[in-house]
Amino acid sequence: MMRLPPCGYIAPATLAEATAILRDEGPEAAILAGGTDLLAKMKRRQQRPSTLVGLRRVVGLRGVRGGPRSGLRIGAMTTLAELERHEAVRAHYPGLHQALRSIATPLLRNAGTIGGNLCLDTRCNYYDQSFEWRRAINFCMKCDGDVCWVAPGSDVCLAVASSDAAPVLCAFGARLVLAGPRGERTIEAKDLYRRDGIRFLAKDPAEILAAVLLPPAGRLRSSYSKLRRRGSFDFPVLGVAACLRFDRDVVADARLWLTAVSMAPVQAEEAERALVGRPLTGASIDEAAECAWARAKPVDNTDFTVRWRKEMTRHHVRQALGALTSSVRFA
Amino acid sequence: MRRDGSARGGLRIVGTAARKVDGPAKCTGALRFADDIVLPRTLACRILRSHVPHARIRGIDTTRARARPGVFAVLTGSDLPIPFGILPVSQDEHALCPDKVRFVGDPVAAVAAVDEETAWEAANAIRVDYDRLEPIMTIEQALSTETPRIHDYGEGGNVHKKVSLEFGDAEAGLRDADAVFEDIFFYEGSTHLPMEQHSATAMPEPDGRLTVWSSTQTPHYLHRALAKVLEMPASRIRVIACPNGGGFGGKSDPFNHEIVVAKLALLTGRPVKVTLTREEVFYCHRGRHPVLMQVKTGIARDGSIRALHFRSWLDGGAYGSYGVASTYYTGALQTVTYPIGAYKFEGLRVFTNKPPCGPKRGHGTPQPRYALEVHIDKIAERLGVDPADYRLRHLVPPGSLTVNHLRIGSMGLRTCIEKVVAGSGWKEKFRRQPRGRGIGLACSSYISGAGLPIYWNNMPHTGVLLKIDRGGGVTVFCGEIDIGQGSDTVLAQVVAEVLGIDPLDIRIVAGDTDLTPVDLGSYSSRVTLMMGNAAIQAAEKARGILATAAAREWAICAERVVFAGGRVLDSGDPGRAMSFADAVQRAEAASGTIGTVGSYTPPPSTARYRGSGVGPSPAYSYSAAVVEVAVEAATGLVHVERVHLAHDVGRAINPVLSVGQVEGSVYMGLGEALMEEQSFRANRNGVHRAPSMLEYKSPTTMEMPEVVTYLVEDPDPNGPFGAKEVGQGPLLPIAPAVANAVHDAIGVRVDAIPITPDAILRALQAPSKRAGPVRVPATDWPEPVRVPAPALDARPAPDTRPPRDAP
Ligand SMILES: Cc1cc2nc3c(=O)[nH]c(=O)nc-3n(C[C@H](O)[C@H](O)[C@H](O)COP(=O)(O)OP(=O)(O)OC[C@H]3O[C@@H](n4cnc5c(N)ncnc54)[C@H](O)[C@@H]3O)c2cc1C
Ligand code: SF4
Repeated sequence: MMRLPPCGYIAPATLAEATAILRDEGPEAAILAGGTDLLAKMKRRQQRPSTLVGLRRVVGLRGVRGGPRSGLRIGAMTTLAELERHEAVRAHYPGLHQALRSIATPLLRNAGTIGGNLCLDTRCNYYDQSFEWRRAINFCMKCDGDVCWVAPGSDVCLAVASSDAAPVLCAFGARLVLAGPRGERTIEAKDLYRRDGIRFLAKDPAEILAAVLLPPAGRLRSSYSKLRRRGSFDFPVLGVAACLRFDRDVVADARLWLTAVSMAPVQAEEAERALVGRPLTGASIDEAAECAWARAKPVDNTDFTVRWRKEMTRHHVRQALGALTSSVRFA
Repeated sequence: MRRDGSARGGLRIVGTAARKVDGPAKCTGALRFADDIVLPRTLACRILRSHVPHARIRGIDTTRARARPGVFAVLTGSDLPIPFGILPVSQDEHALCPDKVRFVGDPVAAVAAVDEETAWEAANAIRVDYDRLEPIMTIEQALSTETPRIHDYGEGGNVHKKVSLEFGDAEAGLRDADAVFEDIFFYEGSTHLPMEQHSATAMPEPDGRLTVWSSTQTPHYLHRALAKVLEMPASRIRVIACPNGGGFGGKSDPFNHEIVVAKLALLTGRPVKVTLTREEVFYCHRGRHPVLMQVKTGIARDGSIRALHFRSWLDGGAYGSYGVASTYYTGALQTVTYPIGAYKFEGLRVFTNKPPCGPKRGHGTPQPRYALEVHIDKIAERLGVDPADYRLRHLVPPGSLTVNHLRIGSMGLRTCIEKVVAGSGWKEKFRRQPRGRGIGLACSSYISGAGLPIYWNNMPHTGVLLKIDRGGGVTVFCGEIDIGQGSDTVLAQVVAEVLGIDPLDIRIVAGDTDLTPVDLGSYSSRVTLMMGNAAIQAAEKARGILATAAAREWAICAERVVFAGGRVLDSGDPGRAMSFADAVQRAEAASGTIGTVGSYTPPPSTARYRGSGVGPSPAYSYSAAVVEVAVEAATGLVHVERVHLAHDVGRAINPVLSVGQVEGSVYMGLGEALMEEQSFRANRNGVHRAPSMLEYKSPTTMEMPEVVTYLVEDPDPNGPFGAKEVGQGPLLPIAPAVANAVHDAIGVRVDAIPITPDAILRALQAPSKRAGPVRVPATDWPEPVRVPAPALDARPAPDTRPPRDAP
């Protein structure tokens, strides 16, 4: 990797100041949180912002407030490591805890933030390469080129959503606070994402993700199952987030979200329907796994073969849901 | 770690876990790797590399690059027209491609500028006009494509080298065998992945000389290449090899970037430095060749191998590198473990438009060893014999001559097998565990240094110069270079043993062509054996000088003088002693400044056929591995739970360093066995799939299983204190042991490395319960060089020389 290209750096002290700078600088500016994603992309010349707007000094963006009864408010600049160690997250939102623990490496989690994770660039083996490498394929639609090499007939970029936390937050029905030049708004986590590998965030570039709002833990049971090559480092090749609400031993509500199979986290609605209204059993899990399997359409832009990745959907849905059978408490 | 074997025989320092002499410097960050060389006024160099896989260069326009502020010099191929290459028979590389590019990453132009960013921007401003040629990406394609040719030398078309050797009558052996077995295997290419990226700095000296610092395993060969390409007398060039942050064979060739910074330094009159990006390291490569193999074995009723016919097809990449030797190595060492009646080997290497392959750890032998050991596992199964027992029944005897005329010295494989079988509980586990759990065994052997140098000469392979200061300090000069394996420490221990002093009182000066005698380099597992023998020689001479002086002082005969604990003593009178420094001062007064030399040349091989240069070695190490796995039938994922590895190292000069080499080998072997692939997108301009540490998948500590190491010490008469190699051998049995364990676990054969979960699922679904290659390309093999097998009674010729032991 080359060293960072020259660029400007501003560290505003307030959100208002930060959003104003972003508005004024336009698309040439980029928000810098922990930098674990953005700086590497700049070193590979995938992104070349002229100004970095660092959020490090902005007050009130870091830390967790609230509790499992009222729900949590997580500042966007909270590091993944802080969140992973947070007692309420570990005890009451186990799916999120599992996802956080599986992100990158312990060192990267010390620097990486939850905000950066949710705004993580989409990934593709044709895009996450140096300038020289991309030049050898004559670039691609996502950066400097006009063809998609994964699917040359496609008119959208198919780069994959690769955040481990995003599908869990979608499954929890979490909400996000966005601060923009014209004030704050709150949206559903799932509405942050668009099925477009290039314009994958449904927000204005000048909007800053300020906080994540987790609902009360209540009777939610959650889990996350991640497929990756190795026990550390690797981005998800498939991630399955499950969040179930039980009414006695019957599944009253089910949310099943997949990541790394599409440009945005994907809701496996047929699989959810297969679970609701009955106890969580081997048979219902198998049915859900089958539905999810049909839904997963991996393309050749991550590690492993496409065929095997699709095959693994069943297995990981079973794993994610299987983990919840043991934690079912029959009242 | 457990040790077994000969008693220490009075040794005090050899055989102990002496502290690494470079340990504190490494731990504190004080050690200077090549990238730590920072000189005033240094210019940064960036190299423009080809972005097309195969093309003729029609023109290069550097005007825009030269015009940029901060740019000091721009080079293209015409500035460095002389070709080079590690082997005299393959001088097919240029520092910058003059007229043709052969893979994505081939160097085309270079810029020296005030800083890296300026150099990079300028390099990208260079316009290269390419005339594209059809890229050749596979062995099959290379064989079937007469033109275009990647090189205009070789064996016609895109075949670089063909080899055919026959020892005894293999056809007859196969015909007369009671059973014949045949298999086809593939072993994917993989790369070294050293932590340190290559870096080189060149500095012009005021008197017209040139100094080059580099992370190289072979300063002597770099020295020769620089002199040749720069057309400068070697006496004006100084190469300093910096300690390598891992080499594994990836820093054993002279490289284009080293020559480029040297030329740029001469042109600009300023120091010039380049540090490769990780991606560029993937393009330097010289890693494991992808090899397709066909094995045919004729077995007698008693299970012995009457004849073996082995064929290999190597995918060489774009240049020769060590490839001719690699080709021979895929056929050389099949013979040194189990006796073979007659042996035929046919090997072929093709050129393809990919980074050149070369001598990655194990050089050319992990692939055939994998094929042979899985093949034998299948044979044992068909014969209904436990594969451990099969091997124990058919072992090459120590001191014997193999069918291809390799002279075996000590041979501890029997003990190795017994150790891992007992230690792993093999008898209770093999074919007896529940489905999903498996255990597999494999053996191997490796050379302790090649018998012949890379370029023909009859000079020593290594030299050691030893100088003793009046204060008792000893400085040892040797051209070897520590690549992390601990050769500096081994050198200090060997000298300390002979002189009876503390290894930490010895300063090592290594890898500097101005200061140190030639050592051919840290490759081929040669350093401990060769440098060790030379060091013993130099140290014994020095000891003789000191002993004579002390003997004169005490008026006794010199034989009575012994050296221990930093003192010189009279073995006949325990009360009489002087410090080592006192002895030095007496000796210096008596006979002048004390400096001695030692050198080492391997014993000549008796083999005299074309190709007999590859295989002979002063000594062969032996290893046996048992691997325990759990395999998930639903996913095909393999979890390696434990590896037992016994290695006959002859003598562990430093047991902790030896175990380090074993564990490192196991790690690297597991990476190859289960995930590593240096692979390319043939349909996308031949780009490397994933030239990064994140996406080129190699195991992390999370994947590393427990390793139980058994050091077996069967001293070899040719080794220093009996020592043999340990740096490469233990890697070889890992992949086949994993494959055999997977079969034991779920009954499928994956005859292709790496054993991916996808391949396991495919094998489970296949009626044959196998995944792997099913055919080999039609090939015109040349008439074999026919060599009579040594007469059977000549084969077990026990070596009569006593093992070299404590002085
Ligand atoms: C080797 C490696 C492995 C990795 N593995 C994983 C993995 O397994 N799973 C995974 O999920 N991630 C992984 N990551 C990705 C990433 O580092 C983490 O997801 C991390 O959380 C990103 O956070 P950051 O604070 O460093 O983001 P940055 O790099 O600072 O920013 C990332 C992006 O988000 C934008 N951004 C950051 N904060 C905000 C905000 N508050 N509002 C709006 N936009 C914002 C930035 O402009 C940038 O585009 C890996 C990264 C590396 C280098
Ligand atoms: S999916 Fe297509 S367009 Fe998007 S990054 Fe990959 S190759 Fe480029």
